[in-house]
Amino acid sequence: MTGTHGPEDGAGEGTPWPDDVPPDQDDTWFPLRDDPWRARRMEYVIAAFFGLAGAAGIGLLVDYYDNGQTQWAGGLLGAAAACMGVGLLLWARWLLPGHDITASRGHHVSDPEERAAVVTSLSRGADAMLTRRGFLAKKVLVPVGGIFGLALVWPLVDSLGVRPGNALYHTKWYPGAHLVSEDGQWVHVDDVMVDGLMTVFPEGYIDDAASPAVLLNIGGDPIQARKGQAGFEVISGANGLVCFSKICTHAGCAVSLFNVLTMQLICPCHQSTFDILQDCAPVFGPAPRPLPQLPLGVGPDGYLIAKSDFIEPIGPGFWERKGD
Amino acid sequence: MSTVAERSAARKRAKRQEQALDWVDDRFGSSKWIRGAMDKIFPDHWSFMVGEIAMYCFVLLIVTGVYLALFYVPSSTLVVYHGPYKPLDGQTMTQAYQSVINISFSVKFGLLVRQAHHWAANIFLAAVAFHMGRIFFTGAFRRPREVNWILGVTLLLVAMLEGFSGYSLPDDLLSGSGLRVVFSIVQSIPVIGPWTAFTLWGGAFPGSASFLERLFVIHEFLFPALLAGLLGGHLAILWHQKHTDFPGPGKTEHNIVGSRLWPQYTIKSTALLMFIAAVIFGMGGLIQINPIWIYGPFEAARSSAGTQPDWYVGWLDGALRLMPHWEFRSFGYEIPNPFFPGIVMPGIVFTVIYGWPWIDKRLFADYEEHNLLERPRDRPLRTALGVAALLFFTDLTLASATDLLGNAMQMSFELLIEILQYGSFIGPIVGFFVAYRACLLLQSSGAHPIQRPVGGILVRDARGGFHTLGASHNGHGENGHGDDGHADNGHAKDGHAEEAHDEPALLGRDADPDAD
Repeated sequence: MTGTHGPEDGAGEGTPWPDDVPPDQDDTWFPLRDDPWRARRMEYVIAAFFGLAGAAGIGLLVDYYDNGQTQWAGGLLGAAAACMGVGLLLWARWLLPGHDITASRGHHVSDPEERAAVVTSLSRGADAMLTRRGFLAKKVLVPVGGIFGLALVWPLVDSLGVRPGNALYHTKWYPGAHLVSEDGQWVHVDDVMVDGLMTVFPEGYIDDAASPAVLLNIGGDPIQARKGQAGFEVISGANGLVCFSKICTHAGCAVSLFNVLTMQLICPCHQSTFDILQDCAPVFGPAPRPLPQLPLGVGPDGYLIAKSDFIEPIGPGFWERKGD
Repeated sequence: MSTVAERSAARKRAKRQEQALDWVDDRFGSSKWIRGAMDKIFPDHWSFMVGEIAMYCFVLLIVTGVYLALFYVPSSTLVVYHGPYKPLDGQTMTQAYQSVINISFSVKFGLLVRQAHHWAANIFLAAVAFHMGRIFFTGAFRRPREVNWILGVTLLLVAMLEGFSGYSLPDDLLSGSGLRVVFSIVQSIPVIGPWTAFTLWGGAFPGSASFLERLFVIHEFLFPALLAGLLGGHLAILWHQKHTDFPGPGKTEHNIVGSRLWPQYTIKSTALLMFIAAVIFGMGGLIQINPIWIYGPFEAARSSAGTQPDWYVGWLDGALRLMPHWEFRSFGYEIPNPFFPGIVMPGIVFTVIYGWPWIDKRLFADYEEHNLLERPRDRPLRTALGVAALLFFTDLTLASATDLLGNAMQMSFELLIEILQYGSFIGPIVGFFVAYRACLLLQSSGAHPIQRPVGGILVRDARGGFHTLGASHNGHGENGHGDDGHADNGHAKDGHAEEAHDEPALLGRDADPDAD
């Protein structure tokens, strides 16, 4: 291989191009055809890039048997692919025939006769079925097919999950449930400092996704309770303990941020902001409703318990949710 | 110049090729098709490459995804982690999360493939979106290509769902929060919402034990099969209808100008695949993405600040943040807040996008067949509407990072959200008028914003040589009377001028006939 090719046999140097192939349409022409020296040099350049790709491949194997370091592996694999790409691109650009060709688009549509023939063939069957046997096709087959389809599809779809039932109305909190911390310890009235907070769960249900609540010590600050939630807090000495559902009423994220200066809980997902002293009423962001408050009580041993479940559904809204 | 040995080698090669093709043709009668395929002409323009980038990203996603699927365990069974990543040692987590931690730390090259897969997904969606923008702004969706627009939009939609389902598989804190939000959005659908959410998840959030398996089947079988099918159809239609092209000298509605599939286009396209692989694996090795070991496993009681989804979901997350705190109640029923930004808004957006070819026909009273593209400036109304839509999308995407942006700009997130709420209205309106005006100005100037101001008129003489007749701006001149009815003042000649100057050898060739 010399890296370049002469004109086709019979079309030697100085021979005019055949009349039917204008020079700019000549299929065998490529940019370096008439410059063998540059073509040869280009061949070496391309070979060098392919060689580099091979070297990077060897490097990749070395990395694998060394310790499989991710950065080296990515860099080497990327370099190998890039070198292959450059080599191929140079090859296509300088040594392959393929400058612009003009061709007819042709027709992407069928002849009118063919279209007519399709209509004829189609109506041969369709007439026989729909016109002469309209009763069978329209009155029997369609309804039966519908029933069959429904009978097939509906049970399969419906059995994928359980019915919501009243699952959205209740959490795992129950009267007398101990509040426990993340590691399962009972929470004492003195466990949270004034202006402190703690994530609490109903005992035995630490993994339940609907029940997490946040226990706050608001000290002596008064809380403007909503209707039905008055007296849900526990006052014990200097401690004023209130407990709210941690599940945002907007889209269900855990309301995990606490601004102690403004006494606000903020949801990190969409920045819904709740004013704790207004019974966690939403004051900013997309959340439409307050966080429900958990009615707290204290056992004789000083450990906190829930007096009942939340009095309303926690978390995001849904169609059948009973309103205020 | 060719030697005797070389010619005989070429003859032998030709003989072998002939035998192989005979074998195939004896069985499939495929010669006619193969010849047509190899001679198939594809026009050259940098913007036509973007769809190809998307296609190759998909190929690389399949390759890397198959590898990851060999290690991923779609199970929510709780296990205690004991492995090389010490900060998580002794922590309880699902098997799914553990398997992704193992891919990241225990499988050699596992982290590389995982990160490459994630980067490829982001680039894939970016390429699909960019490709759609190109089709939109140049009117490539017009008759006869409406169906391919529909397939393309469906590809975008499925690709978004595919991306989100993959992002959710590791069962880490970030993706778990994302799933919680999606559950709430599904739950917000009137009448059927709660049932639909409980059906998809197999129960109340976080779903039954089979939820991750369902997600896995959807991500690694259902959606990829759908994407492959849609992509196949997309390409088959493109193949049949042939690619569109920008107007230019010698280009008409009835011809096609470009390079043949074989050999040049094939090799160039393979080079593109290599470059994309280089970028994706280079990024996969060098740039960290989705470090789930930092986020930790999902727990319903936790979520962290700075929760951002992948970029292509950002506009939906941003819409959730910008939505005012309304929800609607009447007759004892409720339409919850997330329904509007989470279902209605994207529903409207995709309906308009799906219907655009037909809206466009009405808008411009243009029901004709087109193979030549329009330049954005020549349809100011369409371009301005597109710019407005892009600004709306940008505003919502920015809104998905209000906490990070607020932090970076030392601005309260409340103020930022308010600005972006107004911005989602004002931005598109201002953008519309600015874009419209810019189109008119560009039309009158005739200049291409990124065109080099060099050029000349090339004239080919009777012998096939080329001569340059003076220099002119942008190759404007008498040399092109496109019979496309569109090239009114020469502005459509850019493509030609560029071709001529990118092809120095073409000029060099005039030495050939003149020399002898």
